[in-house]
Amino acid sequence: MNRSVDFWILVGTLAAFTAVNIFLFLYGGFRIDWDSFGIVIAAGLTLIMYSFLYKDNPAFKIGENLYVGVALGYTVIITWFNALKPDIYEPFFVPLFTGTARPEYLVVVPVILGIFMVLRISTRLAWLSRWSFAFVVGLGAGLTIPNYIHTFILRQIEPSMRPLFGGNETVFASVNGIFILVGVVTVLLYFFFSIEHKGPVGVASKIGIYFLMVSFGASFGYTVMGRMSLLIGRMIFLLRDWLGVLH
Amino acid sequence: MLDKFVNIDRRIIFVLVAIAVIVSLLLTFRLPIPPTPPVLSIYNTIEDLPPDSHVLIAFDYDPAAMEELQPMAVALLHHLYSKDLKVIGLTLWPGGTGLAEQALVTLAGEYNKKSGEDFVFLGYKPGVASLIINMGENLHTAFPTDFYGNDTQTLPALRGVHSLKDIDYVIDLAAGASAETWIAFGKEKYKFDMAVGCTAVIGPDLYPFLDSRQINGLMAGLKGAAEYEVLVGFQANAVEGMRPQSVTHALVVVFIIFSNAVFFASGGWRTTRKRLGGAGR
Repeated sequence: MNRSVDFWILVGTLAAFTAVNIFLFLYGGFRIDWDSFGIVIAAGLTLIMYSFLYKDNPAFKIGENLYVGVALGYTVIITWFNALKPDIYEPFFVPLFTGTARPEYLVVVPVILGIFMVLRISTRLAWLSRWSFAFVVGLGAGLTIPNYIHTFILRQIEPSMRPLFGGNETVFASVNGIFILVGVVTVLLYFFFSIEHKGPVGVASKIGIYFLMVSFGASFGYTVMGRMSLLIGRMIFLLRDWLGVLH
Repeated sequence: MLDKFVNIDRRIIFVLVAIAVIVSLLLTFRLPIPPTPPVLSIYNTIEDLPPDSHVLIAFDYDPAAMEELQPMAVALLHHLYSKDLKVIGLTLWPGGTGLAEQALVTLAGEYNKKSGEDFVFLGYKPGVASLIINMGENLHTAFPTDFYGNDTQTLPALRGVHSLKDIDYVIDLAAGASAETWIAFGKEKYKFDMAVGCTAVIGPDLYPFLDSRQINGLMAGLKGAAEYEVLVGFQANAVEGMRPQSVTHALVVVFIIFSNAVFFASGGWRTTRKRLGGAGR
C-alpha cells in the first residue's frame, strides 16, 4: 500500500473521530467539562495506540512518546511529594534554613550516596558512584541471600516432601503430591548434564520435557488471557464511557 | 489456496479478534463464573475477620495493568468496607498512586467511610524490599505521614498498628515481582496472613506459593477479579469482560487448530524438519 493511501486513511480516521465526538457533544450526553474532555482524549489515545496494529505511523509515534513523557513527569512529581519532600526536604532543609526545629542530620548520608549515584554522568567524578553501588550491593546481598534461600528454596521444597497420606488430604491432593514429586525430579534430571541422557535417565528426562511443555502451555494460556483482558478493558471503555452503546 | 492461509495477513486475525470482543460485549448472555478455591480462600479469610481488623492492600501496579487489577481492587474494597474493616492502602509503584487513591476514595464515599478514620492511604515510597522491612520494624517510621500529609501516629485508622506484625491480612495486587518481594521480606519475616491478586501473565509463577502455603489465596487476571465480583455480589467490569474473554479464548483455540491443520496439510512440516535437521548437523 503506498504512502498516499496511508495518508488518506489517516485523514479519514481523524475526520471520523472528530465527527463522532461532535455528535457525542451535541446529542450523546457529553457535557462541556473536563471529564468529557478527558474521555475524548483517552479514547483518541487508545485508538492511536491500536493504530500500530495496522502499521507503524506518526500518530502512534506521538502517542508512544507522549506516554513516556507523561509517565516520567508523573513519577517525578509523585516521588517528590511522597519521598523527597517528606523524607529529605522537610526534616532537613526546612529546619536548617528556618531554624524552627533541629535538622535530622542523619538524612545527609543517604542524600550524599544518592548524589554520588547521579555523578555517573560525569566522566571525572563517576568513580564516586562506586561507593554508592558498593553500599547497595552489600546491603542488597545481605538482605536478599538469607531471605531468598529461605523463601524460594527451603519453603518451596516443603510441598515436594509432604506426606502423601497425612490423614486430612483428599485423594486428589495426594495425586497432586505425586505429580509435583515426579515433575520436580524429572525436570531436575532433564537439566542434569553430567550424565548422558540414555536408558532410565533418558526416559525420566523425556518425562521432564513433557512437564516443561505443560508449564510453557499454561504460561502461554495465561499470557493470552492477560493480553485479551487488556483489549477487553479498553473495548469496554470505548463502548461504554466514550460511545455510550454499552450499559 | 493453502499458501494463502499459510501467509495470511496478521491484520485479518486482529480484525476477527476485535469483532469477537465487540460483538460479545454488545450481546448479553451469561456464562457461569464459579469461584475457584484460591479466590474463595481470600473471600473466606476476609469474612472471618472481626470488625475493625486491619487489612493492608498494596496497589503494586500502574495504568498498564489497571484493566486486570483495578476491578480486583474495587471488588476487594467493596468487601472490606462492607465488613467495617480498617483498610490501609499503599503502593510500591509510583504509577499506581492515582489508581489506588481513586479506588479507596470513590468506594469510601459509597460506604460513608472517612479518610484517616476508616481507611488510610499511605501513598508511594521507594525502596521496595527495604521499605517492607522498615514497615515490618515500624510502620510509622516508614510512613511518618499519609498521602495527605497527616501524621500517621495520630490517625484512628492505624490505632493498634505499630508494624506489619499487627496487620491482620495483607493483599498484594501485583503487576510485577512485588508479590515475591512481599513474601520474602514481609510474610516470611514478620509472619502475617497474605494473599495475592496478580495479572494473568505472572499467575503461573505464583501458584507454587499457594502450594507451599506461603500465601493463602490467589486471584489471577480478569478471571480472578470476576470470581471475586461474583462472591461479593458486585458485578462490574470483570464479570462483563468474561463473555468476550471466553469467546476470544475459543477463537484462539480455533486459530491454533486451524493454523496447525494448514501447516501440516501444506507440507510445511517437511520444510521445517529439513531446516531443523540441517541446523542440527
